[in-house]
Amino acid sequence: MRVELVKRPQQSVLFSALSPFIAFALMVIAGAIIFLALGKNPVTGLYAYFVQPLTEIWSLHELAIKAAPLILIAVGLCVCFLSNNWNIGAEGQFTIGAITGAALPLYFPDMHNVAVLPLMLAFGAAGGALYAAIPALLKARFNTNEILTSLMLVYVAQLVLDWLVRGPWRDPAAMSFPQAPAFHSWAVLPELLPASGRANWGIVFALVAAFAVWFMLARTLKGFEVKVVGQSPRAGAFGGFSTARTIVFAFLVSGALAGLAGITEVSGAIGRLQPQISPGYGFAAIIVAFLGRLNPLGIVAAGFVLALSYLGGEAAQIEIGVTDKTVRAFQGMLLFFVLACDTLIHYRVRLVRPAPATAAKPLATEAAHGHH
Amino acid sequence: MTGDHARLGEALLDVRGLTKIFGTLRACDGVDLTISKGEIHALLGENGAGKSTLVKMLFGSLEPNAGEILWRGKPVRITSPNAARQLGIGMVFQHFSLFEALTAAENIALSLASDTPISTIAAKAQALSHSYGLPLDPYALVGDLSVGERQRIEIIRCLLQTPDLIILDEPTSVLTPQEADRLFETLERLRGEGKSILYISHRLEEVKRMCDRATVLRHGKVVGHCDPQQETAASLARMMVGSEVHEIVREPAKGAEAAAVLLEVDHLDRAPATPFSIPLRDVSLSVRAGEVIGIAGVAGNGQGEFFEAISGEATQARADTVSIRGENVGLMGISGRRLTGAAFVPEERLGHGAAPAMTLSENLLLSRHATDDKAFLGSAGTVLTGALATAARRINEMMDVRKSAEDPAASALSGGNLQKFIIGRELDRKPAVMIVNQPTWGVDAGAAAHIRQALIELARAGSAVLVISQDLDELFEISDAIAVMHNGELSKPIPIADATFEKIGLLMGGAEPGHVPHEQRMEVA
Repeated sequence: MRVELVKRPQQSVLFSALSPFIAFALMVIAGAIIFLALGKNPVTGLYAYFVQPLTEIWSLHELAIKAAPLILIAVGLCVCFLSNNWNIGAEGQFTIGAITGAALPLYFPDMHNVAVLPLMLAFGAAGGALYAAIPALLKARFNTNEILTSLMLVYVAQLVLDWLVRGPWRDPAAMSFPQAPAFHSWAVLPELLPASGRANWGIVFALVAAFAVWFMLARTLKGFEVKVVGQSPRAGAFGGFSTARTIVFAFLVSGALAGLAGITEVSGAIGRLQPQISPGYGFAAIIVAFLGRLNPLGIVAAGFVLALSYLGGEAAQIEIGVTDKTVRAFQGMLLFFVLACDTLIHYRVRLVRPAPATAAKPLATEAAHGHH
Repeated sequence: MTGDHARLGEALLDVRGLTKIFGTLRACDGVDLTISKGEIHALLGENGAGKSTLVKMLFGSLEPNAGEILWRGKPVRITSPNAARQLGIGMVFQHFSLFEALTAAENIALSLASDTPISTIAAKAQALSHSYGLPLDPYALVGDLSVGERQRIEIIRCLLQTPDLIILDEPTSVLTPQEADRLFETLERLRGEGKSILYISHRLEEVKRMCDRATVLRHGKVVGHCDPQQETAASLARMMVGSEVHEIVREPAKGAEAAAVLLEVDHLDRAPATPFSIPLRDVSLSVRAGEVIGIAGVAGNGQGEFFEAISGEATQARADTVSIRGENVGLMGISGRRLTGAAFVPEERLGHGAAPAMTLSENLLLSRHATDDKAFLGSAGTVLTGALATAARRINEMMDVRKSAEDPAASALSGGNLQKFIIGRELDRKPAVMIVNQPTWGVDAGAAAHIRQALIELARAGSAVLVISQDLDELFEISDAIAVMHNGELSKPIPIADATFEKIGLLMGGAEPGHVPHEQRMEVA
């Protein structure tokens, strides 16, 4: 008995929809095995991870806070990935967005009015977009590998942030803590329902962005351009679309959304600049983008799943005492299984019984005789 | 149904009741076929008749649902191409299976499954290629080779495995008459050596000339076995199509000398874009309203580069190098040139003329979004899918595109049907200038006649039509004048009344056509 993959004539719509769920199920099974190996009860472990955070209102708010940046970034990344641009540097664009957005209240601390927050958000988006323009222009002009350049720029951005909050932007009132002053009230992103939890406008931005990008991709010529250049660059050129222009467009959209996520995070959930502003949102968003099948509406759902894994990681740390590194392990497994399950969309799995190579099939012979 | 004489000779391959079902479609339906030792057996049929499916089952790429295959009288199951090769079946595909990033010799080495050094394989391949009249540079990267050159690699790769049965899928469609003649000599020599050949072609003349027997398929069923020598091209075509194939009607162009020049190319030079592409040198040409100009040439002599330069995928340094309807477009990209009234059909269908994974209506948008923005785009750049679907349906009806779904992905269509769609997509615009590269490569007789007639009618309705083709029969059928491209240079057009196969064939390169050898070319570069 051997397993064969048979190419499907057309992509399977069924498995296109099912594959993220199969992947999730496989991740749960693999997670249970890991808990067993750690000597923990897998049922308690998985419950702490994936159910407990959903049982209380305040923790649903936390879920929205975690999901917002993941969705914002992943929606931008799907534009990049669909156009065959592998932007791995969203974490850096997130960081730079947080810095450029936060610069406004830090340099104009006396500006207290309704314009501050919109300007901060705009600066954040612009900062992220400009930072993403670096690997974009390098690729469009010199054909550099954007995977490397965008990834390396992540570390540059993190070091810039580190230097700022330890140096020029350090809050003199914070003793020697490396952090910038807290934002004044006009510069803080308001909470949605302050009575029940902390969730802020970030999740609204994320949902609006997801819908806008979905519309762009599914319904407009620009979206068509992105997809055709990504799938088939030569056909794209024949259609009159410029590959270089598409590279820059995809990176700018993706960078702007990552930058917006960055400033949203520091002005909403954190309230100030500090050396650590992200638990790896920019990288986890890559998983979100693929788990959501590079479809912005799918990404919304996938964003909540990944957000759950962050919350679950914290819960599991407290409940059953596993290290927070298990979060990364779960996220990694999820991406692995998602990509593996994509095989099912293009291929059918078939079990083949080994047959003697020379023996004719009796059935075939009968059919041949029946024919005459 | 099988002729008794077939059973008399020693059968190398005997196929009985072979059936393959895809969903509800019986692509092959109880096919019987007998190939004797030392015969050239033609397999005829329109696109979608089941030729490729049958051949794939013989070569182990597809598994039959029913029926049996007897090889030298013994029933066999051919489970993979490798199994087919071990039995002694070799195959030259119509759609090539070559790695573009590897050289010709490396590609050959991959299929030989031995640890022979590349240099030995290269030497063998070169020797074989010379003796069989298929010039080939074994060290050229496949990605830089033209369709014709790639096919030569496939043929040589197949011959290196010394098969007993060679399956050739439309092998002459990219060769000059002289090259084709030499291929026929090769095939006849192979027949003399006792090898059998299954020859798939839509060129009925060459089937008549060379093949011992023919099997004709229609809609997955065998409609007849015959002796091509006893048939006429018309009777063969009738068997294939099931009805008469329309003769191409080409009325002489009236007053073409006086008509306006719609496409003018003036001293076009183009440096090679890659180390292996052909530079264009001083190409000048004008096409007037109402006429069809053909450009003949062996594959890889700069036709692709010329097409890109005219289409605007590669722009020129000066605006007046290319002009369309009197407008200098040398600096414009492809969309700008389309807006002046030109339409383009490239050689490669999948991946150039059409995005493979996209649907037909999306592929309609691909080349028409700039010229038909009012019809297909709403305000704010939204795509009007309803209008696209309607237009796609109109084109599919006009060109008789056969497909399995309402709006399938381009890659789900057979080559010929996709080509009909791509040509129809441009004809639907009624372009003033139409430039087509290889309009009917791999397209069956019925569809090819349809496409050619449509091109002539477009010209007679007042458009300028430029056809680049390696199929001389086609150019003689439709052109008012033929120019020849050789090594990046274009000859003066020869009016069709003065043109002969010999004249054009000599211009195409004569006895040693085509490719500059690798070493020499590096010096040039």
